[in-house]
Parts: sequence; structure tokens; C-alpha cells
Amino acid sequence: MADEPLVLGIETSCDETGVGIVRGRTLLADAVASSVDEHARFGGVVPEVASRAHLEAMVPTIQRALEEAGVAPSDLDGIAVTAGPGLTGALLVGVSAAKAYAYALGKPLYGVNHLASHICVDQLEHGALPEPTMALLVSGGHSSLLLAPDITSDVRPLGSTIDDAAGEAFDKVARVLNLGFPGGPAIDRIAREGDPDAIAFPRGLTGPRDAVYDFSFSGLKTAVARWIEAKRSAGEEVPVADVSASFQEAVADVLTRKAVRACKDNGVGHLMIGGGVAANTRLRAMAARRCEDAGITLRVPRPKLCTDNGAMVAALGAEMVSRGRAASDWDLSADSSLPVTVAHVPGRAHAHAHTHEPIQGNLYP
Amino acid sequence: MLLLALDTATPAVTVALHDGEHVLAESCQVDPRRHGELLLPAVDRVLGEAGVTLGSLTGIVVGAGPGPYTGLRVGLVTAATFGAVTGAPVYGLCSLDGIAYAAGQAGLDTGGGAFTVATDARRKEVYWARYADPRTRITEPAVDRAAEIAGLLGDGPVIGAGALLYRDVFGHVPGEGEVPGSQSAAALAALAAERLAAGDPEFLASAAEPVRPLYLRRPDAQVPANYKVVTPK
Ligand SMILES: [Zn+2]
Repeated sequence: MADEPLVLGIETSCDETGVGIVRGRTLLADAVASSVDEHARFGGVVPEVASRAHLEAMVPTIQRALEEAGVAPSDLDGIAVTAGPGLTGALLVGVSAAKAYAYALGKPLYGVNHLASHICVDQLEHGALPEPTMALLVSGGHSSLLLAPDITSDVRPLGSTIDDAAGEAFDKVARVLNLGFPGGPAIDRIAREGDPDAIAFPRGLTGPRDAVYDFSFSGLKTAVARWIEAKRSAGEEVPVADVSASFQEAVADVLTRKAVRACKDNGVGHLMIGGGVAANTRLRAMAARRCEDAGITLRVPRPKLCTDNGAMVAALGAEMVSRGRAASDWDLSADSSLPVTVAHVPGRAHAHAHTHEPIQGNLYP
Repeated sequence: MLLLALDTATPAVTVALHDGEHVLAESCQVDPRRHGELLLPAVDRVLGEAGVTLGSLTGIVVGAGPGPYTGLRVGLVTAATFGAVTGAPVYGLCSLDGIAYAAGQAGLDTGGGAFTVATDARRKEVYWARYADPRTRITEPAVDRAAEIAGLLGDGPVIGAGALLYRDVFGHVPGEGEVPGSQSAAALAALAAERLAAGDPEFLASAAEPVRPLYLRRPDAQVPANYKVVTPK
């Protein structure tokens, strides 16, 4: 069991109810129920709407994942769940379900970090993570550069956004352009017909005295909105494709420039990109070119594994099991601001113990 | 019969095990902000005390609210998941029904007439329902300002945390010593056991569908300023 643990993972940190099942580094099932359509008319995720949808979808999504994987619950070696960070009420549905599920089956529970899960999911696509791995996580909720010498116990934040997340900037620009929510896919599509060099939008935090690994997208978002307003008030037509392409270019430029710089500075030969924005075709293309130029191996999972899902949580849970990390307690909290440095939440009996020892005996007889 | 009952619709996290005639074990902890942390350990304790496992349950009973959303969902998703794993039917009961039943067990004097259960709905409102007797609810649960409903409730007593909170508005509110102060899963379990023993067809059939939470309010459709913040600043 130790090498190829069978783990079910539950993810409810935002608007996707995700349940995934993996065997070691092999993906067996990835069931997702999304409430994104219910949020569209609000232009963003409404926490209470998301939490209600999680409650309705939870048990059916677990059943769907089990059917997809063709495994019996009794065969599972552990249950993993996103303990944070994320929306409190949303996280609480998944954490409560995971506890009940693990308890009812008599299996160990692993409360894991959402961001570490985004990185670990790449094991399902490209095999074992190199150690260390440099990860660029970009989505509607996060924009972070993380250095992970050991994804189960040592994840170090190098930088993150100081204002908006990258995906948030996509949503807001799409809203100004009347392209709907979520904005990422719409901008990506229309940008293909535009000129990325048409408008020189600002690259945030790229000055010589700025924080090397931090991001800022608020100024860019405002600059784009002002540029569009100026066109509109002058009675001119807004070149939507050019604006989209130029905005997207600015985001991709800053993200990839800083990520490659982080790899070089830290002597890391691999870059992993995860999160919903990793589905952006321009970001992928630019990252591929710049990594190649710098001699860095780029690893980007397929889009469905980049967005929030249960498979990523199961992937990290499986790694916790195979490396003998301590299971969580039954009073595990949903922690909306779980620090990125906490890859998982071990039970109190193990919290201060050295985490490299294997689990002694069965924790849940 | 072996029923596990749980309710997280009020500030209490309460769990009880009932064999159809008696409460075998129960737990009640009042902490409105820690439902998620407290529930599973309480279940474990209650089952352990009675020396039974989840697999031997014949049914699961859960308070469906009304109650503040975040806590309410902890009990509902836990009950649903237990049901999915064990195959035991999951029955939902209006949480206010448990309070009414417990008041009857405690000997509430209604003067032979109807009475009202009211819990705290925050935002200066109460969740409430009217009862002909401790087993018989006669209105759908609702959420309103205490002052708006106080005049419509007749002479009968108003019980529950919402009654105590707006004692001045409701008038006829029995003291804290006279009726149970908080929700009790033991009362919910006893009420469910009665209905199952009586073969109540509506109650039996309710287990075929997932228990629906009684939110009674639409969600606040407000996108927070940093709406999808998953990364702590
Ligand atoms: Zn995410």
C-alpha cells in the first residue's frame, strides 16, 4: 500500500465541488460539479451560493468519482480534503464531509493545503515532482511563486500578488469589455484575433527597486479600464481583440519573466504552472519559449487539472500516505487563511514529532 | 431500532444515540463558531460511550434547520455522508420540532393551548413556528422580526433562544429553568423514534430524498471585494 496508496480527495475551497481518486500517481477519477453558472450574473463568486451548491453536490459527486474509478470505498487507504485556504463556509462543507466519510470507513483523514495540491497534481500528468520544484500558481484566487523542496512538508513562498490575483484581473477586464464571467476563457479566445503589441499596458512591479517575485495586477486592470473609457468617451469603437491581446500579453509577460527569474536565482531546473490561468494559451506559449531559452523544463498539467478539482487533493493525500505523514485529527478545522507553508495539518499527537517517521500502526482502529 | 441524531442548526452542537425507547448516550456543546470542529469528536464520543459502531445504526436523524447557514450545513453534510457509507436511512426533522418536543418532555405548561418556538436568526430576526402541542407543528417555519409576529401569536408561551432574546417583545416567555435552554439531539431522536414506531408514512418516505436545509432566506448575493481570495495576503 505504501507505494501506491488509493486515496480519495475532496475540494470545496471555492465554487467547484471536486472529488478525485488516485492510486499513487495515477489518476483514476476526477468528478467536478461547478456552481460557476450560478455566479455568472454576479460577476464573481458569491460565497453563500457556493456553499449551498457544495452541500447539494457533495454526496453525489463522491458517488460519481467512485463509479468512475471503479473502486470500493473500503479499498481506500485514506481520505484527503482541502483544509484551506479558501472561503470558510465552502471549505467547511468539504471538511465535514471528508471527516464523516473517513470516520464511517475507518480510514485516516488528511487535511491538506489547497496551494500545495495545485502543485502536486502535476504528478498525475508528468510523474514524480522534481525536488525542488518551482511553481507558479495563477488563478482567480491566487498568484504565487512557490519553491517546494518537498511538497508534503516544505513549501516556501517566494512571492505573491500584493493586490488582485491574475485571474481576478482577467474577470474585471472582461467585465469592462462586456465579455461575461469568468473572463479568462473569453479574453483568451478573442485575443487570438488581436495584436498583443497594439497597446503598451504597464507591467506591474518590474522596476529595478520592486520586489523581484511579487506581482501586482491592480494597476494594469485600472490602466486597461481607463484606456477603454477614454476610447468610449471619445466616441471611438473599442478594439476589443487588441485590448484583450495587449492586456493578456502584459499579464503573461510579468508572470513568466518573474517565474523564470525565480528558477535561475534559485538554481531550479523545473517550472510547474498551475491554477485556472494556466489554461491561458498565451501564458503557456510564452512560458514554453522562455523556459526553453533558459534551459528550464516546463511542466503544465492539462487544463482540467489546473482548475480546482478533487484529483489534486487526492494526489497530495497519496503523497502524504506514501511518505508516512501523520493523519489529521477529527476536530480538523476549515482554515480560510491556512498558510502556504502548512502543506498538511497533522494531528496533535504528531504535530511536534519529526514528520519523516512512518505512521505507527493503525491510527483509527 | 438504533438512531443517531445530530443537530447543528443552533449555537449547540448536539448528538444523541437512541434505541427506540431510551437515550443511550448524548452530547451537547454550545459554541456557535466551532460546529465544524466539535461535531465529529462528539459523534465518536457518543458512539464510544454506548459501545456501538456507525455500521449498526438503523437510521440517522438530522435537524434540518432553520438555522444560520454555515453551522447548519455541518450537520446536514455529516448525516448525508454517514448515510451514504452505511446505507442507513437519513431522516430530516425541523430543528424547531426538537425544541418543542423537549419542552413537552420538560413539562411545559401551555394552558392547553398552542405555543411558539423561536430561535435566534440574527439580524434582529427569529426563526419561528407555532405548535398545537409538543408533537404537532401547525405553521411552516418562518423568519421574521420579533416585533412583527409578537401580536399574532395569541396567549400561549413563546420558548427558545429567540424568545429569551426578545423577552420584552414576546411577553409570555417561560424562564430558563422551565424549558430546555438549547437544542437537544436526544429530543430529536425521541421524536423520530415515535414517528418510526408509529409507522408515519410521510416520515418514512422522507428518507428517499436528501434532507433539504431550511435556509428560509435567499443568499446574500454580494460578491466580496476580493471575491475569490484563496491566497492569504
Ligand atoms: Zn485554486
